[in-house]
Amino acid sequence: MEAFSPLTATIGGVLIGLASAVLWLGNGRLAGISGIFGQLLPPAQTVIWRLVFLAALIAATFLASRLFPDLGVGGTEPAQLVAPPAGWSIPTPVWVAIAGLLTGIGTKIGNGCTSGHGVCGLARLSRRSLVAVLVFFGVAIITVTITGIV
Amino acid sequence: MHRLHLPYLATAALSGGLFGAGLYVSQMVDPLKVLRFLDFTAIPTGGWDPSLAFVIVPAILVMFFAVRFSRARAEPLFDTTFHEPEYQKIDRRLIIGAALFGVGWGMSGICPGPAISLIAFLPNDLWIYLVALFIGSYAGSALVPSGHAKRLANAQ
Repeated sequence: MEAFSPLTATIGGVLIGLASAVLWLGNGRLAGISGIFGQLLPPAQTVIWRLVFLAALIAATFLASRLFPDLGVGGTEPAQLVAPPAGWSIPTPVWVAIAGLLTGIGTKIGNGCTSGHGVCGLARLSRRSLVAVLVFFGVAIITVTITGIV
Repeated sequence: MHRLHLPYLATAALSGGLFGAGLYVSQMVDPLKVLRFLDFTAIPTGGWDPSLAFVIVPAILVMFFAVRFSRARAEPLFDTTFHEPEYQKIDRRLIIGAALFGVGWGMSGICPGPAISLIAFLPNDLWIYLVALFIGSYAGSALVPSGHAKRLANAQ
C-alpha cells in the first residue's frame, strides 16, 4: 500500500471531528468549509466569524507543519498541486481552474462538500448528505479512473 | 450583537484551528494522497492508500456524539439556536451539484477545506484554484433560487 498512514489519519480525523463538535456545541454552526467560504460576500450577514475560522484554519495548518515537519507534505516536503494527466496536453493552470470552478459551482448548488455533507451531514444522519456523499465519492473515483491522473 | 462577542469568535477560531491541524496531521493537505485514495484501480495492484477513510470515519463519530449531546439542549453555548439545515428533499440540484463537485475533486484531489489550508504553503497555481473556486461558488448562487440557500443553510 502506498504510504498508508492509519495512525496520523485517525488522529487528524479526531481533530477534524472535534473542530466540528466545538463549532456546533459552541455556536450552533456546521463546519462545512464550502459553506463558510461561499458566504463571505453579500448578501451574507455573518462574515466575521467565517473570516476568523478560515484565518485560524490557515494559521493552524502552518503551525502544525512547523511543530511536526516530519509528517511530510507541507513540512519536510513541499506542497504541490497534481499535474494534469500525461497525454491530455492541457496546461496545469487551465486544469486547475476547471477543477476549482466545478468544485465552486457544485458545492454551492449541492450545498456542501466533504466536510459539510461528509462529516457533519453523515453525523446528523441526513439523508440528503448520504446521497451527496455517495454521488461525489462515486463521481470522483470514476474521474480518477478515466483521467488516470495518479 | 452577541455574534461579535469574544467567546463566539474564540469558538470559531478554536474550531478553525483544530480543523487546520487535523488536515495537516492527517496529510489531507496533500492532493496526491487524496487522489491515491480515490484511485480504486490501484486496489488490485496493492498501491491503494485507504488513509482518507481513517480520517473521515473518526471525524464523523466524534461529530455524531456532539450532535446527540446537542439534541438534549435548547441552544448552543454562544448563540440562541442550532443552525440546522431545514431542507430535507433529495432533489436534482443536490445530485447535479455533488456530481460536479466530484469531477472537480477527482481532477485535483482538492476539496474546499484543504484548498484553504494549502494557503499556508502557497503551492504553485493554488491561487488559480482559489479564484476559480470563488467564481464558481458565486456563479452557483445565481443558479439557486432566492431563499433556497437560506432555508438550506439556515444561514442568517
